[in-house]
Amino acid sequence: MTMITPLKRARGLGSAKEGADHFVKQRLTAVANLILAPFLIWLIASVAGTNLANVKATLSHPLVATAFIVLVLSVAVHMRIGMQVVIEDYVHRDGVKMLLLLANTLFAFGVAATAIFAVLKLSFGA
Amino acid sequence: MAEMSSERRPQQRPLSPHLQVHRLHINMVMSILHRITGVVLYFGSLLLAWWMFAAAAGPDYFAFVNGLFATWLGAIVLIGYSWALIHHMLGGVRHFVWDTGSGLDIPTVDLMSWGTIILSVILTAGLWVYVAAERGWL
Repeated sequence: MTMITPLKRARGLGSAKEGADHFVKQRLTAVANLILAPFLIWLIASVAGTNLANVKATLSHPLVATAFIVLVLSVAVHMRIGMQVVIEDYVHRDGVKMLLLLANTLFAFGVAATAIFAVLKLSFGA
Repeated sequence: MAEMSSERRPQQRPLSPHLQVHRLHINMVMSILHRITGVVLYFGSLLLAWWMFAAAAGPDYFAFVNGLFATWLGAIVLIGYSWALIHHMLGGVRHFVWDTGSGLDIPTVDLMSWGTIILSVILTAGLWVYVAAERGWL
C-alpha cells in the first residue's frame, strides 16, 4: 500500500511511450500533404489575383472542395504535432508549456474549422 | 543499499554540445530552415483561413482582404509563403528518403540539400511567373 500518486511515481521516469505514434501520424499526414501539394499549388495558381466569382466557382466544385477539406484536416494535424515538438524543445517551464500546448491545439482546430466552414459556405451558400 | 526514499529524481545525463561549437554546414542550415519554414507555414495558415473566411463573408469584405494581398507587401508575403511551402515539402521528401535508411552519407546529404534549395527557388519562381503571365501582369 502506497500513498504516492501515480503522477508522482511517473515523474522522472522518461517518456510517456507515445513517441512512435507521433512519428507515424506526422509521416502519415506528410504523405497526404505531399499528395495534395500539387493540388494546392494549382489552386493558388487558379485563384490568386482573381475576383470572388472565380474563387467561388473554383472552390465550389465537388472535387476541389473535397480535396481542400482533406488537405485542411491533414495540415491541421501535421502542424499541431510539429508545433508541439517546437514548444517542447524550447519551453521548459511547466505552466507556460501547458498553456502553449493548449493554445496550439485550439489554434490548429480554429484554423481548420474556419477554412472548412468557408469552403462549405462557398459550395452550398447563396 | 536500501532506498533512502521512494522519491525518484531525473538523473543528471550528459548534454550534447550546442550550436556555437559546430562549424556551419549545409545540413545544419537545412535542418534549421525546415523548422523555420514549418513555423512560418503554421502562422501563414491563419492568413489562408482569413482569406477563405473573407470569401465566405461576402463581396465587400473579400474585396478588402483580397486588396491587401494585392499590395506589394501582400505579394511578398504570398511569394514567401509559397516558397516556405515548397521548401518544407521538398525537405519532407528528403526526410522520407532518410526514413528508408538511405541517403545518409555526407555527399548525398549535401546534394539533396543544395537540390532542395535550388529546386524550391525554381518552382516558386515558376509558379509566380506563370500566375503573372496568366493574369497579364507582365
